Amino acid sequence: MQTLPRSLVGRLVACARCGAHLQRARGKTMDVLPLVLGAGILFVLANTAPIVAIEAAGARSSVSLLGAVLALGSQNLLGVAVLVAVTTFVAPAAELLLLAYVLCALATRRRLWGVAEAMRWLRALRPWAMVEVFMLGVLVSVVKLAGLAHVIPGIGLWSLCGLIILTAAAHTVFDAHDYWERFEALA
Amino acid sequence: MSVSASPVRLTSRSLAVGGCSLCGLLNRIAGVERPVCRRCGTRLEQRKPDSLSRTWSCVVAAAILYPVANLFPVMETQTIAGSESDTILQGIVLLWRGHAWLLAALVFFASIVVPLLKLIALTLLLITVQRRSSWRLLERARLFRLVEFVGRWSMLDIFVVALLGALVHLRALATMSAGPGALAFGAVVVLTMFAAQSFDPRLMWDAAGRNG
Repeated sequence: MQTLPRSLVGRLVACARCGAHLQRARGKTMDVLPLVLGAGILFVLANTAPIVAIEAAGARSSVSLLGAVLALGSQNLLGVAVLVAVTTFVAPAAELLLLAYVLCALATRRRLWGVAEAMRWLRALRPWAMVEVFMLGVLVSVVKLAGLAHVIPGIGLWSLCGLIILTAAAHTVFDAHDYWERFEALA
Repeated sequence: MSVSASPVRLTSRSLAVGGCSLCGLLNRIAGVERPVCRRCGTRLEQRKPDSLSRTWSCVVAAAILYPVANLFPVMETQTIAGSESDTILQGIVLLWRGHAWLLAALVFFASIVVPLLKLIALTLLLITVQRRSSWRLLERARLFRLVEFVGRWSMLDIFVVALLGALVHLRALATMSAGPGALAFGAVVVLTMFAAQSFDPRLMWDAAGRNG
């Protein structure tokens, strides 16, 4: 149990016992909404536009985020397909939708139904959204293919970069403690 | 950040209050049968339920699958020259031979070292808690946070396999697809992530008798 004086709001505070970060409150919770909307647009782009294309001896093939998931599903390893689908598509999409929903409650000043449930899901999904790990996977794949074929980066790749930056920013700025205080204050 | 060494601090247990794990609100829980947070409705539990047995079962299952994941091929390649299947380690060797040393080191670290270190670290944390050890509490807390943070990056190889499998379908030239090792490897990553999530680091201070 540690009491934190008000003057520490906005500073990084660490637990006196184990050194874990306790808060990094900035109180700018409403700044998250535009970040989420931007991330949503880039998410759609990354899922539909090709991330990379390869060309070898006249044959051409390209892949988007969603395309990679669907292609795995058509192979025989369902477990791997489900894992990739959850970590690169379902969890990131759900995270953005849930964040937008809980922020809408503040924006419209209404105690929307199921906000607590949404916050619970947001916490549970956090470790399973792995777009940034996927991005590193793109890099490794490109290097592996470099000798085999001509590799062309696509719009999806740039969308993916932007998506990672905006999502990371949204999670850094979003402050659950501040959110709950604001939510409680709603009539 | 200075850390004083007083053995017993004020804890939520000694004050009979429960901090909500979701919204952070402190609730009085003295004499309440099944306390629930009055702000967000989350069940208030002072410790994660069945933490040790859940973590142990995930760790043991992951330890059994780890050699399977490393021995079976994760990637199958068919080219005009013939077909070939690679385990994780063979994939790293290929990267190394292609002079992509940095990436080879990265994949080696993410796919081989990290899962193994996670298994060793979690086992160490579990055993020290069960032996009621007060040995290097701060370092063990740091180790736990490291395990929690680094776990997701082991998915790297799964994504590489998924991407190559989706991308390389160049008619008769070359086809790539995921091998059975990928399934075992994915299971190892997921199981160790579940293990880290179900471990409750507060048990370390309970076991060391620092929580009154």
